[in-house]
Amino acid sequence: MQIFPCPFCGPRDEREFHFAGEAGKTRPDTTGEVSPDDWATYLHMHRNEKGRTREVWVHTPCAEMFIMERNSVTMEVLGTECLRAKS
Amino acid sequence: MRRLDDKGAVIDRAKPLNFTFDGKPYQGFAGDTLASALMANGVRIVGRSFKYHRPRGFWGAWVDDPNAIMSVTLNGIELPNCLATTTYLENGMEARAVNAWPTAKHDIKGGLDLFHRFLGAGFYYKTFIWPDWHLFEPMIRKMAGLGAVTPDHLDEFHSDQIHDHCDTLIIGGGASGLTAARVAAEAGQNVVLVDDQAQPGGSSYQTGTIADTAAADWIAAQMAAIKTAGGRVLHQTTAYGVYDHGLIACVENGAFGTAPRLWRIRAGRAVLATGAIDRPLTFAGNDKPGVMSLFASAEYLVRYGVLASDNAVVLANHSMAKEAVATLTAAGMAITQIDPDTPGLKAGGWQVTNGISVSGRHHPSDVVLATSGLTPLVHLWRHAGGKLTWDDARQAFLPDGQLSNMQAIGAANGTFDLNHALDEAQAAGLGQSHPRQDTSHHLTPVWPKPGSKGRQWIDFQHDVTLKDIEVAARENYVSVEHLKRYTTLGMASDQGKTSNMAGLAAMATLKGATIPEIGTTTFRPPFVPIPLEVYHGAKTKQLYHPVKRLVLEARHRDADAALCEYGGWLRPGWYGNGAAADHIRDEAMTARTTAGILDGSPLGKIEVMGPDAEAFVNFVFYNTMTTLKPGHIRYGFLLTEGGIVYDDGVVSRIDNDRFLISCSSSHVDGVRSLLENWRQDGNNPDRIFIHDLTMQWATITVTGPKARDILNGLDLDADVSADALPHMRFIETHHQGHPLRIARVSFSGDLSFELSIPSRHAPNLWDKVTAVAGTMDAHPIGIEAMSILRAEKGYIMVGKDTDGETMPQDVGFGIPRRKKTNAFVGDRSLHTDKANVPSRKVLVGLSVPHGEPPLVTGAHVVTDGANQRSLGYVTSSYHSPFLSRAIALGMIEGAVERVGDEVTVWHDGSNRRARIVSPCFLDPNGERLHA
Ligand SMILES: [Zn+2]
Repeated sequence: MQIFPCPFCGPRDEREFHFAGEAGKTRPDTTGEVSPDDWATYLHMHRNEKGRTREVWVHTPCAEMFIMERNSVTMEVLGTECLRAKS
Repeated sequence: MRRLDDKGAVIDRAKPLNFTFDGKPYQGFAGDTLASALMANGVRIVGRSFKYHRPRGFWGAWVDDPNAIMSVTLNGIELPNCLATTTYLENGMEARAVNAWPTAKHDIKGGLDLFHRFLGAGFYYKTFIWPDWHLFEPMIRKMAGLGAVTPDHLDEFHSDQIHDHCDTLIIGGGASGLTAARVAAEAGQNVVLVDDQAQPGGSSYQTGTIADTAAADWIAAQMAAIKTAGGRVLHQTTAYGVYDHGLIACVENGAFGTAPRLWRIRAGRAVLATGAIDRPLTFAGNDKPGVMSLFASAEYLVRYGVLASDNAVVLANHSMAKEAVATLTAAGMAITQIDPDTPGLKAGGWQVTNGISVSGRHHPSDVVLATSGLTPLVHLWRHAGGKLTWDDARQAFLPDGQLSNMQAIGAANGTFDLNHALDEAQAAGLGQSHPRQDTSHHLTPVWPKPGSKGRQWIDFQHDVTLKDIEVAARENYVSVEHLKRYTTLGMASDQGKTSNMAGLAAMATLKGATIPEIGTTTFRPPFVPIPLEVYHGAKTKQLYHPVKRLVLEARHRDADAALCEYGGWLRPGWYGNGAAADHIRDEAMTARTTAGILDGSPLGKIEVMGPDAEAFVNFVFYNTMTTLKPGHIRYGFLLTEGGIVYDDGVVSRIDNDRFLISCSSSHVDGVRSLLENWRQDGNNPDRIFIHDLTMQWATITVTGPKARDILNGLDLDADVSADALPHMRFIETHHQGHPLRIARVSFSGDLSFELSIPSRHAPNLWDKVTAVAGTMDAHPIGIEAMSILRAEKGYIMVGKDTDGETMPQDVGFGIPRRKKTNAFVGDRSLHTDKANVPSRKVLVGLSVPHGEPPLVTGAHVVTDGANQRSLGYVTSSYHSPFLSRAIALGMIEGAVERVGDEVTVWHDGSNRRARIVSPCFLDPNGERLHA
């Protein structure tokens, strides 16, 4: 079982966390024209990187979302930071 | 086989224990394993192999034995899959060999061995294809499995779940592990030593003296020193897996039948001192009972005082055998040594071996003690991600390179010389690395010889022979992972501890490659079989997923409510004892004729507030919320970004910057996280705040023609007339000084009020409402009646009347899709090609002729004609007591155009006719709703 460091609560067991998505995805402005391809990319295309990844996670007990960088091969956690600092 | 008086370091002769094996009574001593006790009693056949039901005797003395699997009963508790070599004897145990009926010695399935030509390599793969798996399946199913579990015993099988941490975890309590633990503890580290036996020491008892001290005394001295220095020792505890981020899982066994304890240990570093196991030799008849590991027979002697035989043939290809041979000889065993590389070696005997035949000469003996080298136990090293390197001198895979949090020492590291091992252990105790020294031992490789004569066993438990490896190679299953799955080599409960090396070596020879070129299969946890039950601990049944409880539960129980789980909540399904259908029908009638009182407390109550609350609610909802005025309520949908209906509910605007989202009771947690998600990822979280008050507020729903009269009887300081409080409005008032919100919303289609009050004041309000209601023949109703009421009106339940493809326009709400100008979740998905096809399934009612029973929920509406095709299905179906007829809702392809048509409804082979109608069966003009 992995230990993830919540930026608000510190290191906690992985079972307290939920994956929310890959970081850096921007919702298209749907008040304008959005092509079917662009929308499908937004909905379904994920980078699913091998190695260094940047993801959004939620720590369920405190309900805060944050960015976590980790290695998807070695499972090493490379760092976490608040989401809002980046938004 | 006999017990010697002057040997046996771990048995207590003052405590004799009685037990039976296959029905026959025997006696052993405290400290014995089932295996050592059986050997002391001269029992030679202790099981049957899995596939051919060949007789099996003991090969090993501990976890590496592949043969002696038993089903053991004690005090009415039966546990299957007990390895006799690791099951400690207790008084009254009844052991039975598995895979053998009626007994291991006389097995009626032994005749299967005659069919070995059919059950060879690839049997399963081939019969799946031809002639027909189903011909073989009943027989295979009957043969498979390793005993039965006493199911009621599992009710109390709750493993303690312990989370622990330490600086240094030492795995294995042999000479190396004890030394490392002592040095680490004396250096001030927080040390935990885990050892899988009841008495630590590993194979040290085979060593006469360690550091000029008798082995038993040396072991006791190390144990005392470790404890004095503050180290902790866990006995009968196996470290069976290394998981992510250095988690090491250990299972601690207690008395027979008790649930093992699960330890999840996080250690700063781990020292792997797991030792090595003996390796079988591959020769004709090598699976016969009596052929056993040389080192195991020495272990039986020194630990349990059991001499395997008075005479033996020893087959050994290395100098490490010398000490064991000397120990056994000194105990009185007459030993003949034969070079194991001699061609044509064959173990004779019918059921059990009677010696070795070679070059036309027979060497009679009761046992054949074989060894072809030691295999270091590197499983945990591999779990942790460590690499292996092949060592030619030792003919073994050894830990290679460094791991930041694990160090292998002693025999596990290939260091078979005791003095070298102790040097390594000293260094490891201090956290220092120590280069592996050259071994002083000589070993002449003796590996399986493909093409040689006779049936030669590679995997004793799963009956994989050298011929099977040859077949696999011929059919091109040459990669180790394919070889394993094709032949089932190493897939038995011992996971190939004894068989993998021989299998790899055979394949290497067949391919003309070296063993390291062939490589090993993946080492996966667990190292030994672990009951799955250890993982749940006390978290079963109610505790696995605790139900949410109503603050009014006691009131419901007093009223004889049938409490059932609905969406995670324990709620009244109906009230009263006896036939449920009668109560449900009566409650549905009461609600239509006078009024029904429903505990609606689980209804979601999520507040959204802050300067950006309006824009936020408008964005997360499908329906426009910017035009909602304070004091007003609007029905709406929450969609996924894929445009699929996720939940429905009503939104009340309390103030300009304050909204209350009333989502479905079963979706509250999901909706709250969905809202939090959008709040934090895409919005400014300092301008929006989300507060889930579902638990803090209770809701009592009063619905029916008499609902207003009941409210008027509560002495509320509020005007609830149709003019002052019309449909989809709410007011805030007080009840006995406590805040009370009265919302005029309806899920029944009748005049309805939802009274919400802080939970602790709900019992008072409930008492008052039900008392007033009682004077008007109105009563509490359960969820089941409410489900009928809402279906009569054609109101959907998300997840029941919708599925993973339903969009809002499919259930009659198409306007925001066309008109809403602001962005909202899922908006673009509502305009894809798929969202526009005319064949989308849409919500309709289904009507059957008066007097006919309700349709079956889930029944399909099908096309007429030769090739029946499903057009959709019935989602809700009830008998409506108020309308005196069957009603149903369904999701049917393109059905808006077909209202009035008759269709065929198919279920379980029979057809019925129904008419597509509007889903609203009651009060289509809304007179009752707006009363
Ligand atoms: Zn947190």
